[in-house]
Amino acid sequence: MNIIEVKNLTKKFDDITAVNGISFDVKKGEIFAFLGPNGAGKSTTIKMLITLLDPTAGSIMVNGYNPEKDSNDVRRSIGIIFQDPSLDDELTAWENLEFHGVLYGVPKKIRRERIEQLLSFVELTDRRDDLVKEFSGGMKRRLEIARGLLHHPKILFLDEPTLGLDPQTRNHMWSYLQDLNSKEGTTIFFTTHYMEEAEKIARRIAIIDHGKIISSGSSEELKKETNSASLEEAFLALTGKTIRDEAAGPQDQMRMRRQAWRR
Amino acid sequence: MHMNTIYILWLRQLKRYFRSRSRMIGSLGQPILFLLALGYGFGPVFQKAGQGNYLEFLAPGVIGMSIIFTAIFSGIEIIWDRQFGFLKETLVAPVSRLNIMIGRTIGGATVATGQGVIVFFIAMIAGFRPVNYYMIPMAFLVMALIALLFTALGTAIASRLEDFQGFQLIMNFLVMPLFFLSGALFPLTGLPKAIAIITRIDPLTYGIDALRGFLISVSYYSMTFDIIILSALTALFLLVGSYLFSKIQI
Repeated sequence: MNIIEVKNLTKKFDDITAVNGISFDVKKGEIFAFLGPNGAGKSTTIKMLITLLDPTAGSIMVNGYNPEKDSNDVRRSIGIIFQDPSLDDELTAWENLEFHGVLYGVPKKIRRERIEQLLSFVELTDRRDDLVKEFSGGMKRRLEIARGLLHHPKILFLDEPTLGLDPQTRNHMWSYLQDLNSKEGTTIFFTTHYMEEAEKIARRIAIIDHGKIISSGSSEELKKETNSASLEEAFLALTGKTIRDEAAGPQDQMRMRRQAWRR
Repeated sequence: MHMNTIYILWLRQLKRYFRSRSRMIGSLGQPILFLLALGYGFGPVFQKAGQGNYLEFLAPGVIGMSIIFTAIFSGIEIIWDRQFGFLKETLVAPVSRLNIMIGRTIGGATVATGQGVIVFFIAMIAGFRPVNYYMIPMAFLVMALIALLFTALGTAIASRLEDFQGFQLIMNFLVMPLFFLSGALFPLTGLPKAIAIITRIDPLTYGIDALRGFLISVSYYSMTFDIIILSALTALFLLVGSYLFSKIQI
């Protein structure tokens, strides 16, 4: 059974086509990797799947619902760990988690228990009452991961979750996610630039480039298709070796300005 | 209505406010300056013109000023949330955006009302004396209404803004004119026609007029009329704000 179905999905911004008629399915309980170079359209696709952006054309089903029309049903089915920071810097670690738990309607008792567990899981228990703005990049990342795991959704989206994490934390996180996947049947949809991570963990992989899906299948199939020894080679064979630039959004410009302002 | 959602968003606005001391101090410094510099500075001229005590007249205007600045700023904070990513976190949550918007707006309005109350007491220290002490609760109510109105307006505007550039524009071309042309600093009687018309379309005019009515028993319009206008506009901005907020795309 497919828990995500995407057909001819297209997203155009003023003059660029970020996502160009892609189609793919994700099966219930699957661990699915969505790979591509910078600016290939990964995050835009995720934003449409999680109701943050309306598609220009095409159709999406997430857990049987249409993100455009039944956005609240979709939101109830999913959890997301974003690529860029999405914590409230002026709140403490604990308050960020509590806020999330309340918004997702996790009952108080379970909420408090899980917050304790997850804080110790990401080793932030002794920093729980510190403001997030005092945290290092890695600590913020760990807190975001803890937050994404707080409400046990049907589908968990992770947009480059391991970016900037040390190997210990990365391993730790994946074993937790695999556990969640086998115990609760949580479908996991993730993007990453670490090919060995995708090779090891994903049951199926889709590779997107220039807004189009150029290949998909298990990592074995992708390697066979391209005659490569590793997924990394297969990825490079499929997407080429030129380095991509991502357009800097107003977000990035703003962040720089605010930093300059604070100094 | 989902009370938990509204509550947690309200609480967040309050926590953020109390934690940013520079903002608290900054937002109190300006009203104090206005009270002292204008209140005492223009006092003698105002008196000579036969208008009575200027500090008495000015205090409700400065209270209104502190409320509108804090309120619009609270609404506009959405831009920060957008830039720092936190908005995404609230927008993908499985709660209606109407509840999120209401929680935020009530939170921002609570802060702005509190600010108005503090400035009221500061004005008392500076020498301001309300005429009817038993009308003070009514004045606080009007403050809350002004706060709600302009927080909703700030939210509506910020829902359409992508980045920080628009912020200066709003401060200079919306907040400043709203304040200066509201009769906060001068009486509404005998104004040149053009200015009189502008003051009439400025929502803050009615807020400050009602405050004066309750605090010093001087008002240009009737207080019932002021309150009806304020309530109607608050409802309108809440509706528009909720609609625009629900349409945000990231």
